[in-house]
Amino acid sequence: MRSLFKFHGGIHPATNKAQSNHKPIAQAALPSRLVIPLHQHVGNSAKPIVKAGQHVLKGQIIGAPEGHVSSAVHAPTSGLIAAIDMQPVAHPSGIPDLCITLIPDGHDEWSAREPCADWKALSHTDLRHRLRDAGVVGLGGAVFPSDMKLYSHKHQIKTLVLNGAECEPYITCDDLLMRERAAEILQGAEIMRALLYAEEVLIGIEDNKPEAIAAMRSAVLEGRHERMEVISVPTVYPGGGAKQLIRVLTGIEVAAGVRSTNLGVQCFNVGTAYSTWRAIRHGEALISRIVTVTGHVGQPQNFEALIGTPMDELVAQAGPLPDTRGYIMGGPMMGIRLPSAEVGVIKATNCLIAMSDSLFPPALPALPCIRCTRCVDVCPAELQPQELFWFAQSKNLLKAQEYHLFDCIECGACSYVCPSNIPLVEYYRFAKSEIWAQETSKKAADAARERHEYRELRIEREKQEKADKLAAKEKAALEAKALKSAAPLPPAVEGANVSLCDAPVDADPENTMQLKIQAAIDHAKQQAAVSKPENTEHLTPQQQAEIATIEARRARIRELALSSADEHTKE
Amino acid sequence: MPGFFSPFITKPDSVSQIMLKVLMALIPGIALYVWYFGPAILVSITLASLTALATEALMLRLRNRPVMPFLKDNSALLTGWLIALSIPPLAPWWLVVIGTAFAISVSKHLYGGLGNNPFNPAMIGYAVLIISFPVQMTQWLSPHGLGAIQLGFIDQLNYIFLGVFPEGIKLDALTMATPLDTLKTQLHLDGQIREILDMPIYGRLAGHGSEMVAAGFLLGGLYLLASRIISWHIPVVYLGTLFAVAGLFHLLDPAHYVEPLFHWFSGAAMIGAFFILTDPITSPSTHKGKLIFAAGAGLITYLIRAFGGFPDGMAFATLLMNICVPLIDAYTQPKVFGKKEQKP
Repeated sequence: MRSLFKFHGGIHPATNKAQSNHKPIAQAALPSRLVIPLHQHVGNSAKPIVKAGQHVLKGQIIGAPEGHVSSAVHAPTSGLIAAIDMQPVAHPSGIPDLCITLIPDGHDEWSAREPCADWKALSHTDLRHRLRDAGVVGLGGAVFPSDMKLYSHKHQIKTLVLNGAECEPYITCDDLLMRERAAEILQGAEIMRALLYAEEVLIGIEDNKPEAIAAMRSAVLEGRHERMEVISVPTVYPGGGAKQLIRVLTGIEVAAGVRSTNLGVQCFNVGTAYSTWRAIRHGEALISRIVTVTGHVGQPQNFEALIGTPMDELVAQAGPLPDTRGYIMGGPMMGIRLPSAEVGVIKATNCLIAMSDSLFPPALPALPCIRCTRCVDVCPAELQPQELFWFAQSKNLLKAQEYHLFDCIECGACSYVCPSNIPLVEYYRFAKSEIWAQETSKKAADAARERHEYRELRIEREKQEKADKLAAKEKAALEAKALKSAAPLPPAVEGANVSLCDAPVDADPENTMQLKIQAAIDHAKQQAAVSKPENTEHLTPQQQAEIATIEARRARIRELALSSADEHTKE
Repeated sequence: MPGFFSPFITKPDSVSQIMLKVLMALIPGIALYVWYFGPAILVSITLASLTALATEALMLRLRNRPVMPFLKDNSALLTGWLIALSIPPLAPWWLVVIGTAFAISVSKHLYGGLGNNPFNPAMIGYAVLIISFPVQMTQWLSPHGLGAIQLGFIDQLNYIFLGVFPEGIKLDALTMATPLDTLKTQLHLDGQIREILDMPIYGRLAGHGSEMVAAGFLLGGLYLLASRIISWHIPVVYLGTLFAVAGLFHLLDPAHYVEPLFHWFSGAAMIGAFFILTDPITSPSTHKGKLIFAAGAGLITYLIRAFGGFPDGMAFATLLMNICVPLIDAYTQPKVFGKKEQKP
């Protein structure tokens, strides 16, 4: 037996997994339409590369990754692109995002795939490119592009941790995936191990999933996987958090702001390993995922659903019940309440829970904190939640950060145990967002101040330059005159501070006047040269076009202003 | 409607239930109190409860706070019970009423109500009474079998509410000093511990009767520990410190310093260790802080008992350590996940 480590705290809510884990994964019916958001992953939104009205094939890229951290989005089935527009998405804010709406044609016709029988023959760079193009992202909920995480130097990473803990109540999608597709998960893990040069693979599964543990163990034996171990870990929420699982399996604590790879560990969800294998071996993009549909429904079950499947069409296959009061995407501890049941399934959708009053009773009014420190006892980050609450409530943001606000993983254990029913995590989210907002506005203010200071400096400099030039001119003129009249030169004034007033008093007044006039003319000429718009040369045709449009717009505005002024005068 | 943000489930636990369990844990001690000292204590508890609830409701209304949710949290009730248990049961009715009303109104609500009071309200109530009414606060009922006369329940009620005794009976005949008080007085009169403890007021460990009440509170305290209402830190370290310091003095001079078990089962040590010092609002929130807090309280309790002007030091030890709580908390913040020295 491997000796396991413990993390502090944790809670034991009712697991509610039995409802959905006794039936095999069902293939969800082809929906009437698919609403596919272009931003389903951490990083930049994918860029749409199809047009409305275009016919696409299953697996065809419809959103291309943009920039360094991004991932591709694909057509989950063949059909017609109906629209590319703003639609509600699975985000608690309810703010719409750019989505591609696809009407399936029913043929489910694949585009050309590029399977690879021997992935070991491919270079690591090639493997990563394939994963990026296949849109493989972390399926545990973080949806971070996997290719970015599968990069390492030799001997940097000792352990690859596969996360099959699934600690949130109600969710069973990883459980079923491990029971039914263990071999493919392990093949995917081998690709990950190779990319990371990792020595060992540790697969952590909570001990309330004996079937999954057995299936994975026999797959390890059958597949003859070396240095790969399936480890049964105690069932405690949030034992499936990456930091917590790494701690339990390896004893390493990954502090906030530290990359686990620097400590020799990388962690992936079992579903991500499965998708990695499908992407490399079969050339299949990530166009579907396992979704647990449970809670207040007649037949709770896991479905393999296409990305973009409207949630209500998915729930319809699990027997929706009356008195359903909304849906949670994810688990009851960290999931989000969906703004509408019509939003599409995304890569992060591991579970859909229909809510009813009996399953999710109304929250009681919050009482003051009595500092009972039950929250301290359960906090896996070992924070002092009651102090953070106090600081967040009084907007003492500096103090909140001093008490490690940003180490909070928002697991919700503190809110769960609070006898005063204080929604603690909401206070922390609020404090974090306040700090981010402050930081953003501070940056903006800093930039504005810098700009202003630079402008002042420039104006000062220009003034100085003007004065210098004028002085030089005068001096030259005086010298010329002195030469002409052969009069004794006035003592030469060194430096630049010669102005008109400093003109030698013994000079001929008329001549001085002429000089002054000449200087003024020269000065004006010079000014004309200086005030010419700068940087108008070497412009690209595009920039010139932009300037032209801006000029046109300004002319138009001037015209409008004039005409309205005319109207005013008429009145 | 549940909240719009996660988590969507909560543990079925409430402040009201926690306080109720603490009240229940007081019952063994109260039962033994009645057994040894008669039912007068029940009158005090009832008076204190009613005063506490009435004051709480009044203060909530004055502060424009919702009355019912707070009345139902049982915290005022607990304050009332603790005050009733810390003052002599056969006392004029206004004593417990003044103590309770002051505790709830001044030391709780004027500081912001539930969760915001820096001092333990029950101990503030006790301190106000012992300073303002020292005579009434030291007239304790003698346990059954020790006093010259036993008073019936009706006669007790007559005294509590009307201040009259049956013909020919005086208060002095019914009451006596507490075991701790007697010990102190006798030591001042150059008595030796061995002789003093032979007096009939003393039982096996400490005061006759009162030692059993303390044992009742110990039983209730163990229930609180078992049901995880309180953690072990404060009671164990408080009693441990009291035992260690008392033991040290006893070893050095057994004739003048009583043995440590006497201290455990006298006065408010037991009820203080499990029910008063453990009040979460007025004790530190960190584990290390709780240890410091409890050790300090144990030391101060002993110093007041052995060298101070009051027979018992529990209440003042609590209040003195309450002052230190913010400081203790600030300096005992534990290291967070991943930021400790790692021992792989």
